[in-house]
Amino acid sequence: MGFALWPYATRHHNGGSNVTETFYEVLRRQGITRRSFLKFCSLTATSLGLGSAAAPRIAHALETKARTPVIWLHGLECTCCSESFIRSAHPLTKDVVLSMLSLDYDDTLMAAAGHQAEAIIEEVKKKYKGNYIVAVEGNPPLNEDGMFCIHGGRPFVEVLKETCADAKAVISWGACASYGCVQAAKPNPTRATPVHKVISGKPIINVPGCPPIAEVMTGVVTYMLTFDRIPELDRQGRPKMFYGQRIHDKCYRRGHFDAGQFAEAWDDEGARKGYCLYKMGCKGPTTYNACSSMRWNGGVSWPVQSGHGCIGCSEEGFWDKGSFYDRVTDIKAFGVEANADTIGKTAAGTVGAAIAAHAAVTALARARQKAGETEEQKGEK
Amino acid sequence: MAYETQGFKLDNSGKRVVVDPVCRIEGHLRVEVNLDDKNVIRNAVSTGTMWRGLEVILKGRDPRDAWAFTERICGVCTGTHALTSVRAVEDALNIKIPENANTIRNLMQLNLYVHDHLVHFYHLHALDWVDVVSALKADPKKTSELAQSISSWPLSSPGYFRDIQNRLKKFVESGQLGPFMNGYWGNPAYKLPPEANLMAVAHYLEALDFQKEIVKIHTIFGGKNPHPNWLVGGVPCAINMEGTGAVGAINMERLNMVKSIIDRAADFVEQVYIPDLLAIGSFYKGWLYGGGLSSKNLLSYGDLPQKANDYTPANLLLPRGAIINGKLDEIHPVDLNDPEQIQEFVAHSWYKYPDETQGLHPFDGVTEPSFVLGPNTKGTKTNIKELDEGGKYSWIKAPRWRGNAMEVGCLPRMVLGYLQPQQYPEIHDLVDGALKKLDVPVTALFSTLGRTAARGLETAYCVKLQQQQFAKLMTNLKAGDLNTANIEKWEPSTWPKETKGAGFTEAPRGALGHWIRIKDTKIDNYQCVVPTTWNGGPRDHKGQIGAFEASLMDTPVAKADEPLEILRTLHSFDPCLACSTHVMSPDGQEMTSVKVR
Repeated sequence: MGFALWPYATRHHNGGSNVTETFYEVLRRQGITRRSFLKFCSLTATSLGLGSAAAPRIAHALETKARTPVIWLHGLECTCCSESFIRSAHPLTKDVVLSMLSLDYDDTLMAAAGHQAEAIIEEVKKKYKGNYIVAVEGNPPLNEDGMFCIHGGRPFVEVLKETCADAKAVISWGACASYGCVQAAKPNPTRATPVHKVISGKPIINVPGCPPIAEVMTGVVTYMLTFDRIPELDRQGRPKMFYGQRIHDKCYRRGHFDAGQFAEAWDDEGARKGYCLYKMGCKGPTTYNACSSMRWNGGVSWPVQSGHGCIGCSEEGFWDKGSFYDRVTDIKAFGVEANADTIGKTAAGTVGAAIAAHAAVTALARARQKAGETEEQKGEK
Repeated sequence: MAYETQGFKLDNSGKRVVVDPVCRIEGHLRVEVNLDDKNVIRNAVSTGTMWRGLEVILKGRDPRDAWAFTERICGVCTGTHALTSVRAVEDALNIKIPENANTIRNLMQLNLYVHDHLVHFYHLHALDWVDVVSALKADPKKTSELAQSISSWPLSSPGYFRDIQNRLKKFVESGQLGPFMNGYWGNPAYKLPPEANLMAVAHYLEALDFQKEIVKIHTIFGGKNPHPNWLVGGVPCAINMEGTGAVGAINMERLNMVKSIIDRAADFVEQVYIPDLLAIGSFYKGWLYGGGLSSKNLLSYGDLPQKANDYTPANLLLPRGAIINGKLDEIHPVDLNDPEQIQEFVAHSWYKYPDETQGLHPFDGVTEPSFVLGPNTKGTKTNIKELDEGGKYSWIKAPRWRGNAMEVGCLPRMVLGYLQPQQYPEIHDLVDGALKKLDVPVTALFSTLGRTAARGLETAYCVKLQQQQFAKLMTNLKAGDLNTANIEKWEPSTWPKETKGAGFTEAPRGALGHWIRIKDTKIDNYQCVVPTTWNGGPRDHKGQIGAFEASLMDTPVAKADEPLEILRTLHSFDPCLACSTHVMSPDGQEMTSVKVR
């Protein structure tokens, strides 16, 4: 058997063409009734916040598409994104992997290694040219000719570029791929670089967070598979549906902030009463993420609910914004909503201006056009 | 070139086989071996292929933030670096934590063990023993009989296994094999009958569903998983059993959820993981390769302090100690602060020392990257075909304990517990019971299979400890103690001008140490020596090989072009490369590019 691509070699039933089973066919083969299938579509529509009207479109899409191949690459990272991904409660990871997409390459889970693993990338590139998704966890270091991250004896950045060349779209998982994360914190000794700074000409979806919430990850993927387009992105390339609001906006402790009720020290009376953690350094007012709405691990809790302020892990450069226990600003009057809002807007404005300088803006604009976004949305501030 | 070291005869004259990337691990690892004319491994070269430089990034930062940075060393063993870090800072600042904080930390650490070991066994390691495609040939009825003969786990009917088999069949027939593509299916090194393979595939999927439940203990106390939140001086979650606002804190409902998860995890481990492990083990007990250093040199720092703030061996629920030269009757004390004990060497690592025949203790660690390839490297600097182990060949340093290469991890911990039945009767009985069930001698532990078995037995120990620690927490709460944080030294103004400290844990993969120097309230130097540095490190200046390299030696490979046995043995260590390859010079100078000489 050796280096032979076994599954393709035995796929005589479809004559070696690129035509593979659709998602719907796979479900039917698994004995799932059409009624259950439609129920699934309607649940998917609801969980994506699209309303039941979208269900027929989802059904149509899933009935007519083969499972999209995904190549999941790892650069400089800690694998927390993969770990988060497998925590998904809806859909279950097993259903994502077995029935929704085709996870053809993922160093963390795949059976093969070495040559047999490398051969898969080549095969997918050839067979599904322009029709596969590259999911990137981690980022490429550029110092030392890229050899701070070696993949198959070569710099990871080269493998990344080659793999993305024929991709349909690129997903940048987590803070590493989106912004650089911890290895890019000052002084960034390896020159760890976000994916959008080395890949151009492809739609790139940034899904930041350290890691992102599991259901955000599977939500982004299922949205793309379902609608065959990338979700609407903000100016930082993040899906608006999950990163459109600040933690602070939807925080269940917001009432205490507004009422001026704060924890003043760890384990003090305010902490035990679940008061606002702003004075303990919470970065909720400047952090765009879904934690306070969706919460973590199937909705069990999230950082603020468990007593620690948000550390802002989905914001660019969050490692270099002072201590996690510094207050976001030195404003004197607490409990006034306008103050926190001002903080949030100011920070967002700064980050927005910085990102505008990125070369990635071109790619993102292209991606948006492809996604059918109107001029009006693009001009939105 | 041929030479002898630590009882192994190294010979790199035979056919060279390169495996890069080694998949189903954390991070980036490359392995090269030489096979003799009978396909037996006669030389092994382990290379860490990533480097992130976290310690220099920590320099000048607030020590209270260090846990969050170091936690990001690894998202698989999430939390253990954070715990090590807060312990190092607390050691440096002499901070005593409340009893509840210690117990909650233990619960979180135990929770990590249970989750991590389970995911390792089923999702990172099982495919080295289980032939997925063979499961298609299984008789579901016989599979059911097999499952019911070894466990009372209810998901065991013929119909259940038939459904799983059908799903697998349809999946395979779709032609899109996903993660199972290009696996080594049909390789003669697979020994399980189809029915055992089908049972294992079913449990692979069940474990994938269940693992996301286990981590919810992290979520309750730390807010999220991966990467829960920690706190210097205690834990960030406050406890409020009955007062106003109890819904915003750890309360009865939260504790009930913790208890429920503990119970369900115990059921899964006792009724699925352990029976599977013993069943698989019974088919492979004739394959006892991969022992490497384990029969010689073992090291554990120990962990899980029963009482808060007492880090002496007598208070640890996981044993501390070192064994060298296979003398099992002599357990040496281990001291992280002793400059003579733990030292790192770089003769074959991509770093520079002024004198590379000398090792350095982590408090005084000097690390300067130096990406230089040996003269016999095949390929170019950015397209390496074969490395030259005569030169520098890894981003991992070579740590030594009193000059000895050591193996760390589950196996050393279980062996140290087994050897001390008075202090660790549960560990002794678990190990003894498994040996008797498999009808193998104690020496069988020193193998790939032994390492894998030790991980399962440790999980069984940990689910019991979770119950015990939960009961301890409740007892303390009933006694009226609700404290979770000591803030006496929270403000940097209370700190000495200069201080240093060491923190330790046993990460799931083995001994983990952090060493911190604090000066003028900021981090002056931070060093980590982590499990996969011990296990996956390269040769040292004397040519002594590390645990990965030793474990591959003298193993026959069924098919030279399919690295199944190599993967099996490497995976038995549960390699974590992001952990092992992140050290950086304390002066934090910009690196200069070094060309191939």
